Amino acid sequence: MKRNPYRTQRIAFFFLLLATLLIVVPVGLIIVAIIQKGLPAITWEFLSDVPRRGMRSGGIFPAVVGTLYLVSGSILFALPIGVLAAIYLSEYAKQNMLTRIIKLAIVNLAGVPSVVYGLFGLALFVVFFKFGASILSGSLTLGIMILPIIITTSREALESVPYSFREVSLSLGASKWQTIRHIVLPNAIPGILTGTILGLGRAAGETAPILFTVAAFYLPRLPKSIFDQAMALPYHLYVISTQVPNVDEKIRYGTALVLLTMVLFMNLIAIIIRAKLRKRKKW
Amino acid sequence: MVKFDIQNLSIWFKEAQALKDVTMQVEAHEILSVIGPSNSGKTTFLRTLNRLNDLELSLRMQGFVYFEGKDIRTMDVELVRKKMGMVFALPLPLPLSIFDNVAYGVRMHGEHNKKKIIQAVQEALQQAYIWDEVKDRLSESAFKLSGGQQQRLCIARTLAVGPEVILFDEPCSGLDPISTAKVEETMLKLKEQYTIVLVTNNVKQAARVGDRTAFFLMGELIELEKTDKIFTSPAQARTNDYISGKFG
Repeated sequence: MKRNPYRTQRIAFFFLLLATLLIVVPVGLIIVAIIQKGLPAITWEFLSDVPRRGMRSGGIFPAVVGTLYLVSGSILFALPIGVLAAIYLSEYAKQNMLTRIIKLAIVNLAGVPSVVYGLFGLALFVVFFKFGASILSGSLTLGIMILPIIITTSREALESVPYSFREVSLSLGASKWQTIRHIVLPNAIPGILTGTILGLGRAAGETAPILFTVAAFYLPRLPKSIFDQAMALPYHLYVISTQVPNVDEKIRYGTALVLLTMVLFMNLIAIIIRAKLRKRKKW
Repeated sequence: MVKFDIQNLSIWFKEAQALKDVTMQVEAHEILSVIGPSNSGKTTFLRTLNRLNDLELSLRMQGFVYFEGKDIRTMDVELVRKKMGMVFALPLPLPLSIFDNVAYGVRMHGEHNKKKIIQAVQEALQQAYIWDEVKDRLSESAFKLSGGQQQRLCIARTLAVGPEVILFDEPCSGLDPISTAKVEETMLKLKEQYTIVLVTNNVKQAARVGDRTAFFLMGELIELEKTDKIFTSPAQARTNDYISGKFG
């Protein structure tokens, strides 16, 4: 029997479209379910008050603030180190054994389960450096966790800047560092931001790395310094869902909604900045 | 006066030999055309002169290149590239405005005085005969210019740095005949102040603008003569075959 190429194509398109739609469906369902069940809980009091009556009522303000601190802290630590490491690896490192080992280590770092980061943070920052369970320890642990994401995406962004731009810059007598600083880096920033977005979302949402390093079970006040413990949204959500009996469902979903909104909002800001920078890109 | 003195230059990429024992001189204020079929080592030769070949990790070099008597490998690489401006085969503006493209090199060499930068940009654009076409749109992206304009902008960008030699690497291979004529006209005028080495695939272009012409084949320098001589009575049969279009 002769095959009809147009029919084959239609069938292929159908499955490709189906696979794409199947990705959207769970995301949509999660968002709809959380909004539906969580929205009634969202009041000014819920957002601005401390948890009360064993976290069965009151608000989640300390957890919101804690998560903001942790995310900013981890980005503050991971972004500069990650970008500098990426510049070294893509622009300066020679293709030798050491470079290969470093690259392999970064790939493996990305595959380490997050609870292992938690234990590592406990051993290194909490115990060895004596930072205690604190925002500093938690931020550093989350920072190490998102480093591989930032390094990998930054490297890709740097390497996607056309080689010819570098040649032109060098041929005009600019030094290698000037070329990187004035030509390569400005054109790689949108890509680097993409990595930062991914890292941000991950740092905001992970529970395991903060479990032993910073998260307080119940701390109805704001942290006073970076050496203080703090509540954090993902851990708070875990606690009120599994550790505390008789928490109203809408409080749980309300907390999830706030966490989701925060992550999406942070992503949105980064996406807007990226779009603005892309528009400026002139090739 | 001899600008470049090239002695027994051989270059290998891994095992493949790209240049074989080339010995020649480039005189000051001449246009030296380098012709030959593709893969004959013309571009490799040109990129040796401003040490852009240093970027190739698999490259091995033997022999010497002296610039005004100094071995270029003992010179500061940034200085070598400042003195030897290069214009590439395709117009390659940087992703910046027209003004910033020309100002880029000036700034990178440490000039921060705004007035001096503006002056240098204007002079370079005038020298490259593109000032009248771009003077009202200096802040626009360089990518908005036509191909020929972009290439003359690249020439201006090279001139702004204050080179002594300009290396052209098939500068018209992506351009239409009218743009080509403009670039050639620019080259002829630049020769008064600069020394020009022009690598070209276009034999007729070599005949039009070159004072002397070097013919490369398979990495060897076959013949280097005054352009009139090489196009009327070349010493080598292979040169004659190439310029008359029997191969290439």
